[in-house]
Amino acid sequence: MSLRTGSTRGESPAPTDRPVRRSDAKRRMAPGKSNAKGFDGYWPWLFVLPTLFGVLGFYIWPIIQTGYLSFTETGPFSGEEFVGIENYQTMLADGNVGQALVNTLVYTVIVLAGIPIALLMANLVNQPGLRFASFYRVLFFMPYIAMPTAVALVWRMIYNGDFGILNWMLSLGGIDGPYWTSTPGFAIVSVGVVGMWASLGFGIIILGAALKNISPDYYEAAQLDGATKWKQFTSITVPLVTPSLFFVTIISVINGFQLFDLLYAIMGQYNPALVQSQSLVYIFYNQAFIQNDRGYAAAIGMLILVVIGIVTFFQFRMQKKWVNYV
Amino acid sequence: MRRITRLAPLVLVAALALTSCSAPSASDEAVTADSEASISYAIWDENQVPALEANIAAFNEIYPNIEVTIDITPWAQYWTKLQTQASGDTLPDVFWMNGPNFQLYAANDQLEPMTNLIDDGDVDPANYVEVLNDLYSFDNEQYGMPKDFDTVALWYNKAILAEAGVEIPNDTWTWQDFQTAAKTVSDNLADQGVYGVATGLTGGQEGYYNTILQAGGSIISADGTTSGYDDPKTIRGLQFWADLIADGSSPSLQQLSDTPHNAWFTSSKTAFFWSGTWSVAELAAASNTFDLNVAPLPQDEKQATVIHGLANVVSANSEHKAAAQAFQVYLGSEEAQTLQAEMGAANPAFIGAGQAFLDSVEHFDLEVFIDEADNYAYPFPVSKDTAAWTTIENELLPQAFSGTRTVEDVADELATRMNEALAQE
Repeated sequence: MSLRTGSTRGESPAPTDRPVRRSDAKRRMAPGKSNAKGFDGYWPWLFVLPTLFGVLGFYIWPIIQTGYLSFTETGPFSGEEFVGIENYQTMLADGNVGQALVNTLVYTVIVLAGIPIALLMANLVNQPGLRFASFYRVLFFMPYIAMPTAVALVWRMIYNGDFGILNWMLSLGGIDGPYWTSTPGFAIVSVGVVGMWASLGFGIIILGAALKNISPDYYEAAQLDGATKWKQFTSITVPLVTPSLFFVTIISVINGFQLFDLLYAIMGQYNPALVQSQSLVYIFYNQAFIQNDRGYAAAIGMLILVVIGIVTFFQFRMQKKWVNYV
Repeated sequence: MRRITRLAPLVLVAALALTSCSAPSASDEAVTADSEASISYAIWDENQVPALEANIAAFNEIYPNIEVTIDITPWAQYWTKLQTQASGDTLPDVFWMNGPNFQLYAANDQLEPMTNLIDDGDVDPANYVEVLNDLYSFDNEQYGMPKDFDTVALWYNKAILAEAGVEIPNDTWTWQDFQTAAKTVSDNLADQGVYGVATGLTGGQEGYYNTILQAGGSIISADGTTSGYDDPKTIRGLQFWADLIADGSSPSLQQLSDTPHNAWFTSSKTAFFWSGTWSVAELAAASNTFDLNVAPLPQDEKQATVIHGLANVVSANSEHKAAAQAFQVYLGSEEAQTLQAEMGAANPAFIGAGQAFLDSVEHFDLEVFIDEADNYAYPFPVSKDTAAWTTIENELLPQAFSGTRTVEDVADELATRMNEALAQE
């Protein structure tokens, strides 16, 4: 994530940037022959061909196929029959899908709540002169690269209602902790907290990189004007990392909506709270691979696609209001 | 998190693409010692590979030129993979089948019937536990060669029972005896956090299917078309577990979710454990193994246990069908199944081949499992699309076992929804 991505729009760029950008602009204004026609030859297409093939063959085509399947009733061993919007009607009437949508939203909001925490921690890790800074960075990033199932197994032990360390600690304070992962209501929040914990490292690395790009001059100037550390954080750091915050938010929302493995592994299959705690992808999995109702599963897949699409669209629309490209 | 959504459509597409290119060639000629073929054998349990390899080696002494390759897929992916292969007509030549999935494959013409083998006298169904032959028959044709079987019995912990002052269970126990014993353990050892009984209540094989049958009820009608959950006797079988949880004889559903039922028993935190043959290996290796033993399940209206077993089946589209069937027949032979039992892989379905299984753990009375199979075992309930209604069981029954709704109320809804699902098959 570079702060310079939108630099052509900047009215008052950082002084050091100026010479580079000018020559850059000059080159662009002197048009070559091919550029005048707006055509670069076939070479660029040749270079993107491998990726293009992959994207079309493995992303776009399956999406179209899934879209088609969502209007069919599909047998366990292929052979589909067109049924119109029947799957979508079933979906609207299916209370579990509504509940799963709510659960998925709750989970996503909890994961998003981790972003401010990640920013604070990134700021702490980036304090000039901090010893073992890279050690901390590795430490915080580890949960993100660990296998979700491994993470889930450890948290299952922590959350265990009878023998878990969390309830043991609460009992020292006289609190009788609940069965975190098997009580409806608590369960999705418990999974959300693990999701937030596991993705903190990602935010810290991305936001940490953005922090490094902020020129120390700003802080010096602010200090001379008598700004407190907190004031510096809110008035310099936060506005200048908004492009990275935007990026982390988009990624977190998309990951949040695709919640599956963490939920599957933490809750297990013997969980009385499972029905009330399913995510959208969990229902998709159950319909497609356990119940063999692939047409209906495809309809749920399309719902997930549309919801993520809408949310991301609005995020991009909203970015003008709060993201500062310097 | 993102993996599954990306891969799922891919799998669907791959399945579609593969359907267009298949080349099944039925070869009806008989196999001889000189027959040459290469066949694949798909299974999910890695622990059984040594025994199966020994089977293959013995098979190759008869048919030296039929090469068998074992293809292991972990349980979690086994059925997903098999279904994709079936969609593309690329099923393994021989593979493991279980009860809940059998009719789905048989009804969709994916399996080769054993009719010709039985007519020719290569296979005598009378050699196998009868219920298992029925489990793997569809429209009066048998498709599966029974491989092994499991029944459910009452495991107990002698040390805990002695401490709680409860006598050891015997084959005359009624529900009443069992309930009193379990309650006594929970009451007397409450300060140690020890409960009377634990079992698996997601899926009925270990717990409620057995009590439903003992009470004289049924899960599904014999022809597999209607639900038995609205039968008062079935409800009585469910009530058994709801009561045990309500009066504290069993850990709650939440406790059983956070700490699985087998862990309660192997940690000496419950006195009784309803479980099947498949737990023998785990309990033999448990740290408290010498405190443990097994007895028949308690009886209500009658004695009953649910029985299930795996079968070896041959793909209807196998290119080397004759060779595959020869292997299927061999796997069902007394020699092959005795070897399986000796190597501790499974409790064989071949009647009389189980002695080695009985001897495998000396301090357990394992005859119990075989007595049950011989005298009062009832088939595992299945239909053409078993998963459609077991999902409903798992969705609704927790509400009954945890006491948030009455058992009658839940069973009523379950019967209605299960009948709807069955009507769609």
